[in-house]
Amino acid sequence: MNAVDLLFWIFAVLTVGGGICMVFSKNPVTAAMFMIISLVGVAALFVLLDSFFLAVLQVLVYAGAVMVLFLFIIMLLDVGPDVAKQKITNWRFGILGILLSSLLVVVLISLGFPSDFSGANNPSWPVLSDAISSGSESLLFSTKVSAFGYGLMTKYMLPIQIAGFMLLISMVGVIILSKKVARGEDV
Amino acid sequence: MLTVTPHHFLILAFLLVGIGFLGLLVRRNVLLMLMSLELMLNGINVALLTFSKVGNNLDGGIFVFFIMTVAAAEVAVGLALLVALYKKRNSVLSDDMAYLKN
Repeated sequence: MNAVDLLFWIFAVLTVGGGICMVFSKNPVTAAMFMIISLVGVAALFVLLDSFFLAVLQVLVYAGAVMVLFLFIIMLLDVGPDVAKQKITNWRFGILGILLSSLLVVVLISLGFPSDFSGANNPSWPVLSDAISSGSESLLFSTKVSAFGYGLMTKYMLPIQIAGFMLLISMVGVIILSKKVARGEDV
Repeated sequence: MLTVTPHHFLILAFLLVGIGFLGLLVRRNVLLMLMSLELMLNGINVALLTFSKVGNNLDGGIFVFFIMTVAAAEVAVGLALLVALYKKRNSVLSDDMAYLKN
């Protein structure tokens, strides 16, 4: 086992452990903190997968923006650790949930590996090339940000415009939802 | 050089999806349900990136980018809806949001 493998195991435990602690913590603020640990672990896994740009984006967008939004709303609504009301429903439903989600994991693990990918020959990581693909050939995996830019501006031109439009729509929607409704006016 | 196989990454991703699903099922606080949803999306992101790297194709990575964009927008709208609901019902528990039931 070399150092990189050790890093994988450390961050895998951090990610899964953070997720489990998030699900089972009583206080929403504690849950958000565990969620941040889990998200940073995922960012580290992205680094191990040679996607440095996405790792930076993960920390900025998830651990930065999304979780701050969550914490802001938790503190705005003042959701305390009301143990009596927020306990994990009843134990029977909790066991049913654990069974269902383990069933989901088992099904995913047994069916989720494509046939030409699993099997006796363990798949190996491909050797990366520095070349950014161009023209009609498919985009090659690259660690560079410019490869992302190239892909987004050529093959994924329409999706990125739709994504931008969707962000605009969600912004307008949030403004309308959080606007103070005047008396007598319907939403 | 990484000697951990892609299988390890995929199993980790599936575990994350399972944990998120568990949180979605057993928690009653809508805030925590939304967080569990984010955890599921993260598991899917890890799986997509693993496939992207093994297949030597950037499409998976770009999909991760789009999923992040959609997740950010979804959280913003979901939290705004939650605040609006909280103003009406004074609660963030999903049990208290069964308007249609009675």
